[in-house]
Amino acid sequence: MDFQTFVFFALSAILVFAGLRVITARNPVHAALYLILAFFTCGGVWALLQAEFLAIAIILVYVGAVMVLFLFVVMMLDINMDRIRQGFWNYLPLGAVLGLLMVMEMGLVLGSKYFQVPAADALVPAGVSNTKAIGELMFTDYVYPFELASIVLLVGMIAAIVLTHRGPRPSKNTNPNQQVFVKAKDRIRVLQMPVEKD
Amino acid sequence: MFENFVVPDLMPAAPELFLAFMALAILLIDVFVKDSRRTLTFVLSQLALIGCAAIQFATSTGEITYTFSNMFVDDLMSDLLKIFLYMTVIVVLFYSRAYISDREAMNKGEYYVLALFATLGMMVMISANHFLTIYIGLELLSLSLYAMVAMNRDSVVSTEAAMKYFVLGALASGLLLYGMSMIYGATGTLEITAIAEQLYGGGANKTVLIFGLVFLVAGLAFKLGVVPFHMWIPDVYHGAPTSVTLLIGSAPKLAAFAITMRLLVNGLITLAQDWQAMLIILSVLSMAIGNLAAIAQTNLKRMLAYSAISHMGFMLLGIVTGVVGGDARYALNAYSSAMFYVVAYVLTSLGTFGIILLMSRAGFEADSLDDYKGLNKRSPWFAGVMLMLMFSMAGVPFFVGFFAKFSVLQAVVAAGYMWLAIVAVLFSLIGAFYYLRVVKIMYFDAPVDETPLQACGSMKAVLSVNGIAVALFGLMPQTLMSLCAYALLRSL
Repeated sequence: MDFQTFVFFALSAILVFAGLRVITARNPVHAALYLILAFFTCGGVWALLQAEFLAIAIILVYVGAVMVLFLFVVMMLDINMDRIRQGFWNYLPLGAVLGLLMVMEMGLVLGSKYFQVPAADALVPAGVSNTKAIGELMFTDYVYPFELASIVLLVGMIAAIVLTHRGPRPSKNTNPNQQVFVKAKDRIRVLQMPVEKD
Repeated sequence: MFENFVVPDLMPAAPELFLAFMALAILLIDVFVKDSRRTLTFVLSQLALIGCAAIQFATSTGEITYTFSNMFVDDLMSDLLKIFLYMTVIVVLFYSRAYISDREAMNKGEYYVLALFATLGMMVMISANHFLTIYIGLELLSLSLYAMVAMNRDSVVSTEAAMKYFVLGALASGLLLYGMSMIYGATGTLEITAIAEQLYGGGANKTVLIFGLVFLVAGLAFKLGVVPFHMWIPDVYHGAPTSVTLLIGSAPKLAAFAITMRLLVNGLITLAQDWQAMLIILSVLSMAIGNLAAIAQTNLKRMLAYSAISHMGFMLLGIVTGVVGGDARYALNAYSSAMFYVVAYVLTSLGTFGIILLMSRAGFEADSLDDYKGLNKRSPWFAGVMLMLMFSMAGVPFFVGFFAKFSVLQAVVAAGYMWLAIVAVLFSLIGAFYYLRVVKIMYFDAPVDETPLQACGSMKAVLSVNGIAVALFGLMPQTLMSLCAYALLRSL
């Protein structure tokens, strides 16, 4: 086992462990932190595969921006984990049996000697930049899905605004200008009331 | 740096570009429109769709054209499906207009903009020749629909429906992507025509391909809503605001048909034997569970949801029987019968949900079967329209639904699956019960609610035309049928 294989297995083990902890951690903040660990290790695996642009992008975008925002949201929301886990033990036996069955079936297929693809030649020749290649492809061959992806993001934005924005709320602060120029008749309103007799 | 780069031919994608531009423009214009004057947004959206249809007519060459590095394909099948798509969405917006202006939370310009983006997503799916474009079109459609289902945000039922739709939709996308990645691993390409060539030459590992195919079919089944991947359909149809249910229950069926054709028939036809076996199971289960569960429903929207499941199962029969044992003699017949079935189903379900919208008013949803008691006394004409729609859904002769069922059955028998045809007819007979029950309720029960219908004239007119179209295409199905057959002949 050469060094690269060793690093790959070490990173993979951490990745699987972190992924498991994301769904088993009791505290949602811990779950979010484990997700950060998972993304970070994933970046490591990609770097090992010589996809350095993707590795940097996942750490900058997901760990740096998305997950920090996520952590803030999780901290601000008061999530009651016990209510979410209600019925967990009732559903566990059936869910576990089905899940294990699927894992076993998939394991049988994936592990069989018939399941193999020719190892792709992933070696990058010297002097070719990964980042440059992605940039070139994105704006030439893949320009159509690239533009569509931007529309998908726009739809996500519209959806978020539609579902949360409830119109402008009139603020309660006072305008000093109006206070200074106030006149007596603005302060007192004289009402004409009919005389009541009984 | 870009010496090999050629600017892609934009003409085949002109309708998509136009619609994207118009949707963005309407989004901006709508900011300056007051809530009480939403008519402008409505009219602009309709004009955008009519413009798309005009551009589609003008740019259609009838040839198979690829553009954007073979990611986009424009053939007669996509042209025809897109024209049906525009017409469907135009009618959907017409029917929804009164419903959403009665409900404050939904009376927003974003409703129209999201509907247009959903349409764009469906157009992308219909014209996709690449796994990536199929997936992005699907996400564009789904994301817009999730938001539209949840738009009535003070309703607990709608929010729950949106949540279920979102979670199960994400799961389905995951399955689809996993299947696609396996097929990419086996063939080394994401382009559908290139995959077909690669498979034709042999050499790709069959185990990997079939492993991917299983997940691909499961993902497609989720999106089509066939058993056992149907769980979301009843809850979403029931919980979504009726105008959104109308959109979910009509146009996306056209797009789902298109991606099934692109993925299974255009891309993986060499694996036909394998996916046919899977589709037969899905189809028989859907017809059984859809029709049997619909009988037990008291809510019309829920009943129509189960009916949608059974109809999609029936439609799959047409795709199953295309190529049997390497014999492609009846392929054209079978695929065009499936296409005809989808178009006929969309036409009929538009009208049915239109009737529900017609009967609803501010603060009242006419979605219980009891609300239709004695409809004949309140409005003989619309009871008649509903009668035609129900007869067409049930497959009573001389309505469009009958010929749809008939042509699919013809394809099934021609392919030699006699038992499948018998099963399909049996379940259709069981299904006829709950459609006829609606007719019985309308004509023979005493009305509970005597208020006259208060819909605007234009909606009544469009709904009447919709009902008459169901009857008219039933009298002369040949025009529509030969149109579908010709489009497929020029595209396959």
